[in-house]
Formats: sequence, structure tokens, C-alpha cells
Amino acid sequence: MSDKNVSLPVARIAPPIAPGVPSTVGTDFLTTKLDALVQWAQKNSLWPMPFGTACCAIEFMSSVSSHYDLARFGAEVVRFSPRQADLMIIAGTVTDKQAPILRKIYDQMPEPKWVISMGVCACTGGFYRAYHVVQGVDEIVPVDVYVAGCPPTPENLIHGLIELQKRIQSGELARHREAKTYVPIRVGTDPQVESIPAYSKSVMAPGRAHGHELPEMADSAEAEAAKGGKA
Amino acid sequence: MSATLSPASGVSFAPVLERKFPDGSVHVERRPATDVPTVVATPETCIEAAGFLRDDPAAAYDLLLDLVAVDRLKLDGPASFRGDERFQLNALLYSTKRNEHLRLRVALPASDPRLPTLTEIWPASNWFEREAWDLMGIRFDGHPNLTRLLTHNGFVGHALRKDYEAGQRWLCTDEDVLQTALAAKTDLPEDVFETMTLNFGPSHPSTHGTLRIVLRVDGERIVAAESECGYLHRCFEKMSETHTYTQVIPYTDRLNYCSPMINGNGYARAVEQMLGIEIPARAKAVRVVLSEFSRIMDHMVCIGANLVDLGGLTTFWYSYQAREEIYSLLEACCGARLTSSYARIGGLSLDVPDNFVEWCRTLSKSVTTHIGEVNTLLTKNRIVQKRMSGTGVVTKEQAIAWGFTGPCLRASGVGYDVRKDKPYDGYDEVDFDVPVTTAGDNYSRYLVRMEEMRQSLRIIEQVIARLPGGPVVSNDYRVVLPPKEMVYNEMEGLIFHFKNVFEGIQVPAGEIYSYTEGANGELGYSIVSDGSGNPYRVKVRPPCFPLFAAFEKIIIGGMVSDAVATLGTLNIIAGELDR
Repeated sequence: MSDKNVSLPVARIAPPIAPGVPSTVGTDFLTTKLDALVQWAQKNSLWPMPFGTACCAIEFMSSVSSHYDLARFGAEVVRFSPRQADLMIIAGTVTDKQAPILRKIYDQMPEPKWVISMGVCACTGGFYRAYHVVQGVDEIVPVDVYVAGCPPTPENLIHGLIELQKRIQSGELARHREAKTYVPIRVGTDPQVESIPAYSKSVMAPGRAHGHELPEMADSAEAEAAKGGKA
Repeated sequence: MSATLSPASGVSFAPVLERKFPDGSVHVERRPATDVPTVVATPETCIEAAGFLRDDPAAAYDLLLDLVAVDRLKLDGPASFRGDERFQLNALLYSTKRNEHLRLRVALPASDPRLPTLTEIWPASNWFEREAWDLMGIRFDGHPNLTRLLTHNGFVGHALRKDYEAGQRWLCTDEDVLQTALAAKTDLPEDVFETMTLNFGPSHPSTHGTLRIVLRVDGERIVAAESECGYLHRCFEKMSETHTYTQVIPYTDRLNYCSPMINGNGYARAVEQMLGIEIPARAKAVRVVLSEFSRIMDHMVCIGANLVDLGGLTTFWYSYQAREEIYSLLEACCGARLTSSYARIGGLSLDVPDNFVEWCRTLSKSVTTHIGEVNTLLTKNRIVQKRMSGTGVVTKEQAIAWGFTGPCLRASGVGYDVRKDKPYDGYDEVDFDVPVTTAGDNYSRYLVRMEEMRQSLRIIEQVIARLPGGPVVSNDYRVVLPPKEMVYNEMEGLIFHFKNVFEGIQVPAGEIYSYTEGANGELGYSIVSDGSGNPYRVKVRPPCFPLFAAFEKIIIGGMVSDAVATLGTLNIIAGELDR
């Protein structure tokens, strides 16, 4: 980034809003500050897209309604359109039938985007060790913050949101995403799969998984474009 | 604990049945008095028997509640197992005229189990048959669309068969889930000039993330529709089979997650009936109070969410405030806000807090205020009236044919309420009314729910006015955990504790259909026990299931925006719909 693109006011307002940033004087001083500014803006204007499927969605509704009021934490504008959102909150059990839809919705969200997995069903499948339930949504999309609970109380969800905001501010998540954009899918007869603990050894029928790959990630043109755009 | 067999009550039509089927191919089975009476037929005679049961004035079973398929593979043990009767299909029926339940049972062979479809006799059977085909592999000859319903199209095998491993998953791809059967259909009316196919859900705010409808629209008018469910099929029934009777209770909370207490109470009641135990009066009273508060919560979220879908966010904040206040009471009683797991087989897990009665009184007052607020906002609101009056109309005959129960049936003019017609847990000792309207439209369903909330408050006030003292759990230690003092100080207590924890509750072998009034209608549990610590088969009769099955028929001819209003007033809860 050339210095021309960075306006001086940014440099002046950066220290008060991001006090934790080391004030190294050098050529990359302004770039660092701009990131901090952008991250600060991002963390305080999250637009959540609730991917609510089950009981956790009811607690999500509690979180946004008058008593708990998620708006106090800068995640005010709940959007049901993925194109207008940057934070996906997966609230509830995701089944195998729902999985391709979840991936499609995730791919439709513009970068940068974050994912909170709300509740143990979304995190690990919960106590549904069953034939139709995804054993953790990180089989399908990368997850930034896992919120435990069945369902998590609104306080828990708010805590998860604050944790996400801290990580957005520190830039930790962006680095993580670049290093390992998508988590591998825990399905199929791939040799890697057996090393991942699963309830049943026959998670997928043999012979079928090789032919198809579960809601493909790398092939998504939008995801690629978004990735390219960020890098 | 063992129940004696008796000629079942309520089968006054038995002599007529004997005359009609003198060879005994259709006959009445002797059942324990707690269970519903049963008529047994064969695949060949079942259509004739079903026709008789529906049409004969002595029987008049006009409402199909549920189809329960049972795989008996491991029930009788391999030695005594008769290979030609592996499956059983039970149709659960209700007569709105005679207020009686009945089970129609057909035994089916292990290889290629099939029988003629019942959709001609009870249209509600359509989706239940698809479910039985999907999960149990029972084929219905002549069914209009016998395809998978709850699992996805990439699924192989039938998950509820006893030889299917509980954790065996199958890959679901985009093609498996997103194909639109309707788009390929060509048998549409000739006069449709220009139509388009519109995919509606499952990720859509008004389908609540888990329902999908494919519409064929002519402008804004719906000319054909096909609804699809199963996006939240999380295998409740298979999970129940792999857990003990007590461990099933948390799963029941997650069926209708808008009113979890009612589910747990219904399940506990079913198992208590199988065990033949009576629960203490205090437990019954607390169950009733919290069930009624849960009903209010459920109706509140139904109305609030419905209005959000219609574009009025304000009501939601008011209706949710009532929920938050009721949550606080539940939290004080059992420690959890939403998924309470409060019921236990034999009573409740804990006693209520000391200030329970005062708390209920205060809460009752503030909930009355919130109901009043919602009422002021909506009942005479002209926009609400215009959106809801005359849309989504279901006639009385349709509601019965489609298997409706609960507020949706009562809004169509049939006053069936399990609390009134088959009272349990002391509902016969309180004074309350069952609101009924006849218009059957969205506005009627809204009005019925509003009035039911007021009636629930009436019930609560009467019950807490004379809340009995004493324990909240039975002292039958074969079923409930003994108190800790007993476990630590007495040998017997230790033994009971050990057996309860390690082996689970031993329910005598048998079968039951037990039903309570859920927030959306008759919530039934069919449980089959093989005498071990785990249920052999648990089938829920989800009130939402027939409602959503009929949805595609209700919305034909209406506008897309009316479909949204209708979906909201039917109050489809996916956890219960898909289980």
C-alpha cells in the first residue's frame, strides 16, 4: 500500500482508538494503523445473519430482544440476507440435509466474514450422535468462535460475540484464515478421516464419498474471488 | 406394576365388527386398560376395516392421528421370532363425534412389507406413509408420491430398522437436496398463461430456517405448491432407542422447543402409565402450572414471530418480554431457561422454590398485562385484520380430514381439547373454557391463541390457590432415585440407587399410546417396551406434522404474502415436525 492512499487524519486518530498497537516509527507505521482502524470499525459494526435452525434460535431471539439487547455490542442489524451480512451465527442443529444449504449461504456472504457456532449441536453435533446430524459445522464452514451450551444463555452468546470482537481487533482471525482458509471435511474414505474421532467408523458409505465431495469449498467461484480479493 | 388385560373400553362397535368380518380377519385385541383399544387387521382386509371404522356410525373414527411403524426384529428375540411378521403398522385414530381413540394394527412380513395406501380414507395419512417408507421401509401401494420425506435423497437404507446402525451417515450433495420436483411437473392447468417456479426456504426468515416450499406462481398468485421438511430431522426416535428411559427426557425438551415443559411431562406421563405408578399431587399441580405457562410462552412466540413475518416487529418485543419473565420462573425451579428437563418419571427432579405461589401470582399479573398489550396492538389493528381475515381458510371437514388438532382444529370449529375431553393431571378439577371459532382463517387462529392464553392463566390461578404440599416425586424407588440420606445409610437405598443408575428404569414389556395437549395440539407418545432399561421404540405424534403436510393445500389460490401469514398462524415448530 502506498503512502498516498493513507490520509494523515488516520494517523492522528489511530493512537486513541487502538491503544494496544505498538508505536513503531517506520515505513509500515501507517499501514498498521489503517488495519487497526479497519478492524476497529469491523468489530463494532457486525451485521449478523442468523442461520437459526433449532432451539438455539429461540435463545438467539432472546438475545436480540429487549431484555438482553445485542445491539449494545454493535451487532445490531440482523440481516436475513447473506449478501448484507458479515457474521454468521449458526444457531441450532445442522443436519446432513441442511449442510449444502449452509455452505451455499456461507459462500454468498461477502468477505470479510466470521462464523459463530452457537450451541453444542452446531459445535460438535451435541447429544445427537445420529445418522442425519452433522457432527460439528466445522465439517462445512470455518468457525471462529464456538459457544457452548444447550442452548447457550444469551449471556454466553454475548460473551462469544465479545471474544470474536477481541480477535477481530487483534487481527488474529485474519491471519488464521489466510493460513488455513478452509478446514478439511471430516467425511469420506480419505486416510485422514480415520484419525479424527467420530462416533461411527462408517461415517459415510464406502465408495460414495470419493465420487462426490461434500459441498465443495475450493471450487466456489465466489469464495475464490473473495479470497483473491483479500490477498 | 403389571397391568391386567381387559376387553378394551370404548369399542362399543365390536358386535358390528364381528358381524361384518365373521371370519375374524379383523378383530378387537385385548389390551391393558391404560392403553387405547386396538383392532387388528391384515394387509388384505385393512382397507375394508379402515373404511368401516371411518364410516360406520358406531365407530366414526374420522381423524387419523398418527401412523406408527414398529420393527419387531429384536423384540421377541431371534429364537421365538416369527419371520413373517417382522413389522407392525399402527394407525392411531380419533373420533371427534364419540371422543374415543383407537389403534388399527396390521402385521407385515419381513420381506417386502407392503399394504394398500390409506390416503383415500384419511388424507392425513399421506405424509405419515411417506415417513414410514422413509424410516422403516414399508411400501404403500397406490400412494401418490411415495418418496423420502425426512432424510435426504442421498440416504441409503431405512434408519429406524433395528439392523440400521444409529451413527451411519450418508453424503448429501447439492443435487440431492436442491432438486425441485415441482419444477419438472407438467400437469398444471391449461389456462395458466405464464408461471414461474419460486423456491421459498429453507433459509428464509419466514420459514424459520428449516421449512421449504416450492411454489409455482402466476404473478403473485400460487397455482401449485409442494412443501418439504426434514431439514431438522435429528433422529429423536433412534436416539431414544439407544438411551435409557430417563435419558430420553432431555431429548423431549428439544421437540417443541417453544414449550419444552409440556413435552417432558407428556413423555413422563406415558412411561408412568406403562409402569402403573401414580405421581404425588404436588407434582401433578406443578406440572400443570408450568405446562400452562409454557403454553403461554409458545403462543406468545407464535404470535410475535408471525407478526415479524408480516412486517410488524413491535409486537415481538412485547411478546418476548412475557417469555423472559416466565423463563425466570423456570430457571428458579429447575436451573434452565429453555430446555428445562424438569419432569422425571415419577414426578419432578426438584421441588419448586419456597416463594413459588407468590411468584406465580405476580407473574400471572404481569403476563396478563403483556397479553393486554399484544391485544391492544393487534386485535383491532386494521392492517392485521386485512392480512389475516379470510386468508388461509381451513374448513371443519378439511381440518378433520387433514388430521389437525389443537388451536388450528379449534379455530375451524371442532372443540377437541385433550385437557377437557380426556382430562389428566387434575384438569378435570379446574374450571376453564375451550375457545372455538368457526371461520378457520388466520385471524381465527390468532384469536383462539389469545383466548387460550387467558384461559391458561385461569387454570394457573385455580391450581396455585390450592397447591398441595408434600413430595414432588414418587417414593417408588424402583423408578426414582432414593434420597441421599437413604443411599448413604441404608443398604436398600444403595441397591436402588445402583440399579437405577446402571440399569435404568425397568419398564414391563408392553405398548402404550399416551397423549396430552401440547401447545399445538395433541402430543402423543407411542412407546413399545421389551422389558429392558431402554425403550424399544418411541414414536412421537407431533401436532405440527399434519399441519405442515396440509400447508401446501391451504395456500393454493392465495397470494405469496398470504402464505407467509398462514405459515405463521399454523405455528410450525421444526424440532417437533422433523424430530
